[in-house]
Amino acid sequence: MANHKILLVEDNPDDVELALHACQSNRIDADIIVARDGEEALEYLFCTGRHAGRTCKDIPSVMVLDLKLPGIGGLEVLRSLRQHPETRRIPVVILTSSEDEAHVVGGYELGVNSYIRKPAEFAAFTQIMSQLQRYWLVTNTAPPV
Amino acid sequence: MTKVSQVLLVEDNEDDVELALHAFSGSRVTPEIKVVHDGEEALEFLWHTGRYADQEARDLPSLILLDLQLPGIGGLEVLRRLRERPETRRVPVVILTTSDAEADIIGGYDRGVNSYIRKPVGFASFSEMVQQLEHYWLITNLAPPS
Repeated sequence: MANHKILLVEDNPDDVELALHACQSNRIDADIIVARDGEEALEYLFCTGRHAGRTCKDIPSVMVLDLKLPGIGGLEVLRSLRQHPETRRIPVVILTSSEDEAHVVGGYELGVNSYIRKPAEFAAFTQIMSQLQRYWLVTNTAPPV
Repeated sequence: MTKVSQVLLVEDNEDDVELALHAFSGSRVTPEIKVVHDGEEALEFLWHTGRYADQEARDLPSLILLDLQLPGIGGLEVLRRLRERPETRRVPVVILTTSDAEADIIGGYDRGVNSYIRKPVGFASFSEMVQQLEHYWLITNLAPPS
């Protein structure tokens, strides 16, 4: 089992594929867990619903969060996890196509660790995912579980 | 004209200041580096008080690199105070320290640090880390609007 877990919250299948490809080619030992909407992300983090059976102490080293999600949006997911003692310190990176200032300010107000604009081009997207993975899994010291 | 990024380096150890300045000097975006040597001066600089009371209004730094073990007001207290003030609560802060004490890591995240990095030993590793920090926080990351 890998040392690190990345929780990728993304509803666009193309972006999921690109992200998985970028992470796999980076040679950093990490499991990528994909949640396709905000509700599933919260179920994973709080070990409820579809993820009721998993070990809750096993928290991701970083969560990569899209904002425009079906149902519960990204900012609401962020708000929920920052309110709970078990999940409040998890590093969260918003990765979104939105440049809306209200989203940037809203993200930082809710305690996001980093905000990254999703590049449209394949090569740039792969590079960003690779950089993100290296920074948050290797360079950054994650909070202890 | 592209705006020059500013990094506020809060560090009392002169050797570490020299290392960081040297590493930044070879960087792609060549940010302006403002060095302060203790926590009190960091808060004065950010809030335009004390030694910086007469300074004209300026943008907040794009990034604060914060040591924890500082004379007077320590790094965690600096972080707590700047997160309490509306004008500085969103500015990205990276703790850069030799400490791997769990209380410091938890204390940093609980006070809203963006990232916690242990200072690597050796010039080459330190330079590489500074360049990685610079690329991530000054190019890739979208800072909150001032």
